[in-house]
Amino acid sequence: MRFHSFLIKYGEIGIKGKNRYMFEDALVRQIRYALKGVDGNFHVHKCHGRVYVDCDGDYDYEETVGSLQKVFGIVGICPAVRVKVAEIGQLKQDVISYMDQVYPDKKLTFKVEARRANKRYPMNSMEINCELGEAVLGAFPETSVDVHDPDVKLNVEIREEVYIYSEIIPGPGGMPVGTNGSAMLLLSGGIDSPVAGYMTAKRGVELEAVYFHAPPYTSERAKEKVIDLARLVSAYAGPIKLHIVNFTEIQLYIYEKCPHEELTILMRRYMMRIAEEFAKKDGCLGLVTGESIGQVASQTMQSLAATNAVCTLPVYRPLIGFDKREIVEISEKIDTYEVSIQPFEDCCTIFVAKHPVTKPNIERMEKSEQNLAGKIDELVRTAVETAEIMRVEQER
Amino acid sequence: MEIYLDNSATTMCYPEVGELVYKVMCKDYGNPSSMHRKGIEAEHYIRESKETLARILKVGTKEIVYTSGGTESDNLALIGCARANKRAGNHLITSSIEHPAILNTMRYLEEEGFRVTYLPVDAQGRIKLEALEDALCPETILVSVMYVNNEVGTVQPVEEAVRIVKQYNSSILFHTDAVQGFGKYHIYPKRMGIDLLTASGHKIHGPKGIGFLYIGEKVKIKPIVFGGEQQKNVRSGTENVPGIAGLGLAAKMIYQDLDVKTALMRELKAYFLDGISRIENTTVHGMTDEGSAPHIISVGVAGIRSEVLLHALEEKGIYVSSGSACSSNHPAVSGVLKGIGASKEYLDATLRFSMSEFTTKEEIDYTLETLYNCVPMLRKYTRH
Repeated sequence: MRFHSFLIKYGEIGIKGKNRYMFEDALVRQIRYALKGVDGNFHVHKCHGRVYVDCDGDYDYEETVGSLQKVFGIVGICPAVRVKVAEIGQLKQDVISYMDQVYPDKKLTFKVEARRANKRYPMNSMEINCELGEAVLGAFPETSVDVHDPDVKLNVEIREEVYIYSEIIPGPGGMPVGTNGSAMLLLSGGIDSPVAGYMTAKRGVELEAVYFHAPPYTSERAKEKVIDLARLVSAYAGPIKLHIVNFTEIQLYIYEKCPHEELTILMRRYMMRIAEEFAKKDGCLGLVTGESIGQVASQTMQSLAATNAVCTLPVYRPLIGFDKREIVEISEKIDTYEVSIQPFEDCCTIFVAKHPVTKPNIERMEKSEQNLAGKIDELVRTAVETAEIMRVEQER
Repeated sequence: MEIYLDNSATTMCYPEVGELVYKVMCKDYGNPSSMHRKGIEAEHYIRESKETLARILKVGTKEIVYTSGGTESDNLALIGCARANKRAGNHLITSSIEHPAILNTMRYLEEEGFRVTYLPVDAQGRIKLEALEDALCPETILVSVMYVNNEVGTVQPVEEAVRIVKQYNSSILFHTDAVQGFGKYHIYPKRMGIDLLTASGHKIHGPKGIGFLYIGEKVKIKPIVFGGEQQKNVRSGTENVPGIAGLGLAAKMIYQDLDVKTALMRELKAYFLDGISRIENTTVHGMTDEGSAPHIISVGVAGIRSEVLLHALEEKGIYVSSGSACSSNHPAVSGVLKGIGASKEYLDATLRFSMSEFTTKEEIDYTLETLYNCVPMLRKYTRH
């Protein structure tokens, strides 16, 4: 079957009252962006509270659906056949041919659901339902009508043109990116942080990201891995501004001056500070991390409190209640898992102590940080100033 | 400054080779199987390459089969001979420190029902010849021992091994993976009694994706890929003419004044080893004399993980390998170092420096200087 259009169903946007146009416009924008690299000519438009993707000429169906399934805000994608508005005799032919091609096995129950947005059409919805239902029954005697729980709900929408559709392909849900401000994601190269980014973008938040590397302790490949991860997340979240910070000097300085079992927490406190600096510079409204309670020593409630204490922006942790297994499931779904498990050291693991503190006390941390007073501000400033900044997006 | 000391991983292509490859790719691009002039022209490149290789090895041109590289040559030699000689027996012998292209192929053959003995090595990384004698049995059909070990550079006693094998039973085939030896040694398979020999283009300043297998004319072998029956049906597939031409020229060039070049590398190696000995708590794996290849130096630096030192050198423009480059992406401990009984502190703290004819004394000086600076600095920060 050749479909000429996709009717886009969206959920929550529908209830957004006076701001609704803003959400719809964002959705249209995101759909256009997602379809940029797909073979075909697409016309994305909104009309009477619906968004349509009309396809001119040949296009790649699988790629189109695949791309649409990555646009947050879409709840369902309905591949539709588009025909000219015509008198009922022709419409019957169109519907019969649709049923014939989409459902090779005719042993099914159905129901016609006509909508007449174009009120100039000479019949009302009920009349159209009856006429088309009869026509299908006549053409395919194996079918039967069930108005309560049909196998196939055959939608016929009469607008400037007629859209015939019956299948709904699920979309990712959420809200269109760009409708809820932006946030700074701490991206590590592990399994969790890309998932945290995905979850945040799903609620319409635009992402920036920051990655800390520690050459020569971490390799160029570890950095490329993180860029790859950012690119995979950007398939959902749109272009990501990625900050790559050289953290080596800060790390070595902490290592030299502070108790080793506190190293990880102190490092994370400085990472949060640096991330927040970038966030504020770019007007981000919060930080995002992939932490989940108790997963590792630096993610106990006490540790989270200790790292949280240095931030003034809210820190969002979308995975806070997730088990590893659940995080892995999402990372597999969004294709980041394979990349995440490549075995490169990240800067959190290189100097990790055998027994890191699991219940750090904030005052103690602050006291340890006094040992760093001599040089740390300068090191942080250098790290911020020398950060490499790049725009990462899906290749198309 | 860029100092490339990873020539056992791959080498810079000779510019003359690059030019030839380009010419064959873009101008003389015919298919050697074509009947027209363009095909004949392409065939000429193959013949010339074959003649070069045959001259270097002192073998017949018919005994050279081109492949996609060392890995495929090893696969063809082992799988092809094992299957073709199955009726004579099902026992194969190799060493425990071979390249994965041999070890993993042997493991595959075990799944096919062959029995494989993996010979142990001594502390220098040389196979134990007594173990070889003990392993030989009436079912043995093939022995494969590498020429030069790729991780520590030890030269294997191939000649003695061949003698032992052939004395036991002259119809047992002997294969050697000479990927690290070809282009560094004069190797004459016929004189030594070697039946099959693997070599690769990109380790001798030639192109990647090309290699060859010397197959003695009496050797029974079956193909492992099937198709248009090119290369007398031993290796189907349109010949990689640009690669073949490039490999031939690279071999010709590397064997020009070879003894002068290797003598120079030996001098530099001795100089480098002397410099290394000034850093405390370091060790050199394998042998330091003639028993080791002229270009490979495997150095253990206690207290610094190899990956860290590797990246620290990289920052100064020096490129080296940790363990063996082919497997460096998997930070597993080297089987070879374990095999030679290297002490635990060096297992994941070893770098491989490998030189080429282009390596200079200035580069070695700079590398040593960098090590003198880096090593104490990095040792300050270690894991607790």
